[in-house]
Amino acid sequence: MRLNENAIVATKLLALAAGMLLFALFVMPPLYDAFCEITGLNGKTGEKYEAVPAAVDTDRLVKVQFVASNNENMPWGFKPSVATMKVHPGEAMDTVFLASNPTGRDMVGQAIPSLVPFETAQYFHKTECFCFNQQTLEAGESAELPLRFIVDPDLPPGVNTITLSYTLFDVTERFSSNSDNKNTDPEREG
Amino acid sequence: MAHGPQPGFKRWLYTTNHKDIGSMYLWFSFAMFLLGGCMALVIRAELFEPGLQIVQPEFFNQMTTMHGLIMVFGAVMPAFVGLANWMIPMMVGAPDMALPRMNNWSFWILPFAFTMLASTLFMDGGAPNFGWTFYAPLSTEYAPPSVTFFIFAIHIMGASSIMGAINIIATILNMRAPGMTLMKMPLFVWTWLITAYLLIAVMPVLAGVVTMMLMDIHFGTSFFSAAGGGDPVLFQHVFWFFGHPEVYIMILPAFGIVSAIIPTFARKPLFGYSSMVYATASIAFLSFIVWAHHMFTVGMPIAGELFFMYATMLIAVPTGVKVFNWITTMFRGSMTFETPMLFSIAFVILFTLGGFSGLMLAIAPADFQYHDTYFVVAHFHYVLVPGAIFSITAGVYYWLPKWTGNMYNETMGKVHFWLAFIGLNVTFFPMHFVGLAGMPRRIPDYALQFADFNQIASMGAFLFGAAQIVFLFNVVRTVQGGKKASDEVWDNPEGLEWTVPSPAPYHTFSTPPSVR
Repeated sequence: MRLNENAIVATKLLALAAGMLLFALFVMPPLYDAFCEITGLNGKTGEKYEAVPAAVDTDRLVKVQFVASNNENMPWGFKPSVATMKVHPGEAMDTVFLASNPTGRDMVGQAIPSLVPFETAQYFHKTECFCFNQQTLEAGESAELPLRFIVDPDLPPGVNTITLSYTLFDVTERFSSNSDNKNTDPEREG
Repeated sequence: MAHGPQPGFKRWLYTTNHKDIGSMYLWFSFAMFLLGGCMALVIRAELFEPGLQIVQPEFFNQMTTMHGLIMVFGAVMPAFVGLANWMIPMMVGAPDMALPRMNNWSFWILPFAFTMLASTLFMDGGAPNFGWTFYAPLSTEYAPPSVTFFIFAIHIMGASSIMGAINIIATILNMRAPGMTLMKMPLFVWTWLITAYLLIAVMPVLAGVVTMMLMDIHFGTSFFSAAGGGDPVLFQHVFWFFGHPEVYIMILPAFGIVSAIIPTFARKPLFGYSSMVYATASIAFLSFIVWAHHMFTVGMPIAGELFFMYATMLIAVPTGVKVFNWITTMFRGSMTFETPMLFSIAFVILFTLGGFSGLMLAIAPADFQYHDTYFVVAHFHYVLVPGAIFSITAGVYYWLPKWTGNMYNETMGKVHFWLAFIGLNVTFFPMHFVGLAGMPRRIPDYALQFADFNQIASMGAFLFGAAQIVFLFNVVRTVQGGKKASDEVWDNPEGLEWTVPSPAPYHTFSTPPSVR
């Protein structure tokens, strides 16, 4: 009788422990991603944006700054073609980033965007961005990486400057084996 | 089943007796305490002077990491489980733990886990060097190859803790003597019941976070790698979702121990028993909603900072209730100051002090100055050493005569207490000052202006270490013999454990006692 009661309690508690393990593995990471996406908490910008026709707010000028940096051990040259742009909210703007692979081997890079102040993440839309794909550069190759963006006209009034920062990661080891289905010609996009 | 233990080593290997397993847990945790303590002494020896004298920075980082891991998972947690094994069946009038074979298993996997963890010191690239909080990507992309052994060691420790917790809950819920309602249980049993639920809720989260690390390192996932679309800050959230309840796992049983000791030596019943139970439960609940106060500087929105700041400060309320109750229990009592009582009073004073520095850290705007400085080190050592270590020591002195049938040497006990008390304060109090002045934690070398306080702290650390040798000697002598203890041991103590003979026979309460 008592043995049976103990087995019931133990089974319930074990199920609770297993549930918490599954919660940590399969619920917490997606929950965190969703939370960050809604709040823009980690400065991550959204996925590809389908432009909707909107009135351009010509009364307002917002300064957009571009920053490019390399993650540790990434040997590529990587910089924005212009450091700042003055844009009217609602207006689609184009710019390019310049990347070059000075090494003697083919490499794959991945740029990760981050936006400051991060409250503006949901008001900064990218209709075209090289950060949506991995970029493959052959040994010695250079490329212009295109970016097309729209600052939302609903941008809160206090914001005058937005800084868009890209960090370039070397993902050659992780993705070179299946790079066939990746975007191998970055200039095609522009 | 009225037979004694098997002879020789098999007794310990095959035992399902809660007293044997409790003793093994306690000896194991003491061995880990000495090992982790030696690593702390390496750290303090290196920090005695600015510049690099004794160890290289790489090894220094391994020492800080291993010291933290071994003290948290090897010393404090198994010691509390050992006390639970010894005392909970005797306190609730049960013949043994509810699941004795699982009890054996949960102890015997621990030595393997820690052998594996310690063996990383001898591997290529050295032991884990990323701090006991093992933040990604330090513990993933930049980790030494031995990190995989560390991950599996954590898995095994987690399994052991979960099994121990299940056993304790089953014992408390199913095996109480007739008449012992939940609100008649000793407070040590109550605090352990709540702690066990915390363990079951968060140890799987720890297992989950190291599993995600394992996948990132070996199977190409990107939970914590920004390059693959993950986020290193996710690691900190998941880790501290485990980590904050974990710090209460290391303190709630301590509350139970001093709540047993202070009434005995104040010769008054515990003041506010039911408020103690509710305060413990409130602290346990709050521990789940305050985790991000460990990471105020990661860039949270102001609403998040405020929420975690206020929720953290709220914990001071139930904790204050407890401190108030202990002091009121002592108020106008006919107090005597035997060794367990000395350690318990030091617990109340110094834990409160550590709580105050915790409140300072909880203030989000101020935390930006304190974050990752020695002030944090001073804070958590003030809550863990007088909190967990002193209460375990107090519990050992309090119940040792019941376990062995012999009285310990009171003079030696007092010498141990004063050496430990002075050593602790000399070690950790100056750390508040160097921390406020800006000395970062986890560095092997420091700016010249911190030299004096660091020298004082290092001398205190060696004094504290020496005190533990006195403790070991005293316990060994008491196990071997000494003045016989009476069945009650102390002056009219409360609890079923004092109704059995001293030393406690191998099997107690084969027929349940009646509780009025």
